[in-house]
Amino acid sequence: MGREAEGNPLDDRTKPPTTGEGETNMSLIYLDNAATSWPKPEVTLEAMIRCQRTVGGSPGRSGHRFSIEAGRIVYGAREALARLFRVRDPLRIALTKNSTEALNIALLGLLQPGDHVVTAGMEHNSVMRPLRFLATQGVELTIAACSPRGELDPQDIRNAFRPNTRAVVLTHASNVTGTILPVAEIAAIAREQNVLACVDAAQTAGVLPIDVEGMGIDLLAFTGHKSLYGPQGTGGLYIRKGLEQRIAPLMRGGTGSRSEHEEQPDYMPDKYESGTPNTIGLSGLAAGVDWVLEQGLETIRAREEILTRRFLDLLEGLGNEVTIYGPRGTGNRTSVVSFNLRKIAPSEAALFFDEEFGILCRPGLHCAPAAHRTIGTFPRGTLRFSFGFFNTEADVDRAAEAISRLLRG
Amino acid sequence: MHANEPFSVVLVESVGHALQAEKWFKAAGIPCRLIPVPRHLSSDCGVCLRFHSDFQTQVEEILAGRLDYFEIARLSELD
Repeated sequence: MGREAEGNPLDDRTKPPTTGEGETNMSLIYLDNAATSWPKPEVTLEAMIRCQRTVGGSPGRSGHRFSIEAGRIVYGAREALARLFRVRDPLRIALTKNSTEALNIALLGLLQPGDHVVTAGMEHNSVMRPLRFLATQGVELTIAACSPRGELDPQDIRNAFRPNTRAVVLTHASNVTGTILPVAEIAAIAREQNVLACVDAAQTAGVLPIDVEGMGIDLLAFTGHKSLYGPQGTGGLYIRKGLEQRIAPLMRGGTGSRSEHEEQPDYMPDKYESGTPNTIGLSGLAAGVDWVLEQGLETIRAREEILTRRFLDLLEGLGNEVTIYGPRGTGNRTSVVSFNLRKIAPSEAALFFDEEFGILCRPGLHCAPAAHRTIGTFPRGTLRFSFGFFNTEADVDRAAEAISRLLRG
Repeated sequence: MHANEPFSVVLVESVGHALQAEKWFKAAGIPCRLIPVPRHLSSDCGVCLRFHSDFQTQVEEILAGRLDYFEIARLSELD
């Protein structure tokens, strides 16, 4: 395959990271890409090393060449993200440390006591916890129900709107079942009703096409370390032009701009970017996003669909000992597969897969108790296998073999 | 660029805006350079974009309608 000929980072898989105890002879199969992608493309790692080794300055904090070069790196990350999300002005993207921070800025900064906000039953705690907190502060909250497969009927969102509804907040795809939610349709309904559409793209940025302006998304939160193949500690929030006037920052402090003023700047992106940013991380994020754009979203998505289809087929072949959650097709889901084994707790199974097969997955509730209630797996949780671009058919087959072995005891 | 030639600077709101403007100028073939904001123009610790004053009209045209805030200032010969 051409992809491999160009240098698949997994060529080094025979030399996995050591545990520090000399255990290096077992091949690892990483199937926790929904938590964070691994491995990263070499360009991501190279960019970060180059940044720390040769740039070193603090962006926007001085006029010397190091500082300007650091500024270029940060601006380059904004530009790459703007290309990916079809944002005309890169400065509409505030850089954050992750999707959670971006969602907190959007929700805590926007919603006031007396406002009404709508979300749905597949949300991660990155949305639910800020909303539950806001509900204690006088914000009205409606959670639209989803089907047991995590699907959402846009009409249920429309029906939830009230005269004081300020925003609808939705995940683009569930981190538990992979179910893709109809965010464009809902954003269109929201716009009709003068309600803001806030989308959490933690699971989809870099896999599904996102055109914020074309889809009518007002606020888009994303993380850099999943399908954008950047490092942890990177992410951002796209804010539609003018909305920054309605969204208070979470933090205030030094921005390198308007230093003569003791008040926070009121413009993008400085309003939301106090303190020295993660320039090194952002250098890696820019490289990761460029790499994603070079591969093409269609190629990445097609690859992940092949792996997901193969895994779903193999799981189904294991019979009624296995319960699979989420959509059965691959067109309306991402590469996240949740399932349960009838007599074995998810945590026990995950330990077995790790110890016996070197397969790394994630058991439990995945920080999304609401989603597990929706699909009927609360509080037990599920086993979640999530595939990335660097996984192979052999990984999928090995995963199915491990499950089969565990079932046979 | 000779030291005695007339230069102007564009003052913007942040380094991001300066880098954005720099791209527009370069695309339009206008030579420019990011420099620290001269003290007599602003106490801001950021950067501004220096260009030859001959390009002032072109610079104004490029920035109009694209940046919410900008200011163009002439650098004195002492600068």
